[in-house]
Amino acid sequence: MTNAQIIATDPGWIILVKGLLIFVVCVLATLMSVWGERRIVARMQQRLGPNRVGPFGLIQALADGVKLALKEDLIPKAADRIVFVIAPIISATTCFMAFAVIPLSGKVNLFGHETVMQMTDIPVGVLYVFAIASVGVYGIVLAGWSSGSTYPLLGGLRSSAQVISYEVAMGLSLVAVFIYAGSMSTAEIVAAQDQWWFCVTLFPSFVIYAISMVGETNRAPFDLAEAEGELVGGFHTEYSSLKFALFFLAEYVNIVAVSALATTLFLGGYRALPGLGFTESWLGGWFTVIWFLTKVVFFFFIFVWLRGTLPRLRYDQFMKFGWKVLIPFSLIWILIVSTLRVLSQQGAPRSVLIGFSFGMVLLVLAGSSLFESSKKRRAREDALGEVDSPSFPVPAIPGNNLKNRTEQING
Amino acid sequence: MDNPLTPRSNDLGLTAAAKANTPIESQEAKTFFKQLQGFWVTFKTMFKKPNTVQYPEEREATAERFHGRHQLNRYDDGLEKCIGCELCAWACPADAILVEGETNTEEERYSPGERYGKVYQINYLRCVFCGLCIEACPTRALTMTNEYELADESRAKLIFEKEDLLAPLKSGMLQPPHPMAPGTTHIDYYRGDIKGGSNG
Repeated sequence: MTNAQIIATDPGWIILVKGLLIFVVCVLATLMSVWGERRIVARMQQRLGPNRVGPFGLIQALADGVKLALKEDLIPKAADRIVFVIAPIISATTCFMAFAVIPLSGKVNLFGHETVMQMTDIPVGVLYVFAIASVGVYGIVLAGWSSGSTYPLLGGLRSSAQVISYEVAMGLSLVAVFIYAGSMSTAEIVAAQDQWWFCVTLFPSFVIYAISMVGETNRAPFDLAEAEGELVGGFHTEYSSLKFALFFLAEYVNIVAVSALATTLFLGGYRALPGLGFTESWLGGWFTVIWFLTKVVFFFFIFVWLRGTLPRLRYDQFMKFGWKVLIPFSLIWILIVSTLRVLSQQGAPRSVLIGFSFGMVLLVLAGSSLFESSKKRRAREDALGEVDSPSFPVPAIPGNNLKNRTEQING
Repeated sequence: MDNPLTPRSNDLGLTAAAKANTPIESQEAKTFFKQLQGFWVTFKTMFKKPNTVQYPEEREATAERFHGRHQLNRYDDGLEKCIGCELCAWACPADAILVEGETNTEEERYSPGERYGKVYQINYLRCVFCGLCIEACPTRALTMTNEYELADESRAKLIFEKEDLLAPLKSGMLQPPHPMAPGTTHIDYYRGDIKGGSNG
């Protein structure tokens, strides 16, 4: 029985219970991840991080949330009141919706009913996640626009440009997954990773997805939408109290969501690590949830690690990277993957497949070495090139004429 | 750490400055793998001991000559060293010190010699802890301690009076006013010839 068939037999109350569980898990995950992030980043900077509220500071995020809720809720005079209120609600609701199609476990027994921990399994599940993520951007754009203030507007625009650009690369990176899994349903993609996880077989796709998911969630080093040094707080500058808390919640749930999607698409979802398949039946199948969460935590750690290590990109570099590197690269990769797929489906002999891949590798190597050498040549030419004598008056250097001076400038 | 008074680092930024002066090897971008070394740095740091001092529970000694709260010292028999000369107040660039001197009498003697400081106030809202008052003091009456916890909830409480600043009486010291040790003058006091308990 496929997941879709199992889910179809769910009575209404089971669906409700599942929805509630997913919501609770997401909110708890947010609280834990805010705490976890602060602790991990602190350790990377040789600090301790929050350790006062509760054991190990565990309920620090909860305390912060309560504090936020008790703050004065301001709406600026210039703001568009209705949109200003709706924007955080859009952000906070859409981020949860992605979880509806993520399979969190294998077959389990939920209150005496055999089911899987997945709200629904639609044939275009991954596309649905993308659609929802795009709706989430509205929250940010509208928040920036309705604030009636310059910095939030710029932050909102940046953020939308960023999310849209990186969604292209992200979507392209998933095409290879769809080709190999033969489906867009999340459950079937997990099932297709029975033997090899896609992060191994489709490694370039995995890399592109991993990069673009950071861009997609507006996280460091791609957190240009809320670059404090340039835009104050970005789109949420004018927000306070619970509305701000909703954005905060949305940001972290989004991180968990893209991590969960990455887990599902590339790391075999709820399946155990290779060689540990016997653990999947432990606790009546519930142990698969632990596998899933472990992988999500792994991705979350990567997010934190990036934030702890890399400085923020400049906006133009960031856009250039997205459009001129990630997208062309994934287009070429898709061509290669689909050619290989068609070749193997048409029953081409193994030698042809190997020959084709080998040729591709050679091409890529040749291209990159050409690129490198041309870069070096250009750098050398730049170094040798004459610098025009300055058009503004400069004091003469004693004992030197102007020509010597230009040589000095050039080193 | 062997000596709790040793500051945590003896490097006064000198080696760091020397490092900053060494020429940068190359302005070219490092290779991709070189750039990835940054990840290793942050990862490695996670397993180092954090530098944080859990302040209210755990305190580290300040540097030995840290400029903290002032103290008005006494001679070994308990008489005050302050002679009310106001040189500290004149030296103070922030105008934080107020001194009013008064003449000692034989019945009521606070310090050896002619005069003593009757009113002595330091306003810690103004003080910049520069230590010029200490340099100005002719009798070593005013010195600084390492005490740095100077916070309070009202402005008035941060103006320290003479009784807040006076050094506590040690054993053998006698609370002034009391006469000088028999047969001595203020010069003996100044030279440090007076030992504790000589009068009591």
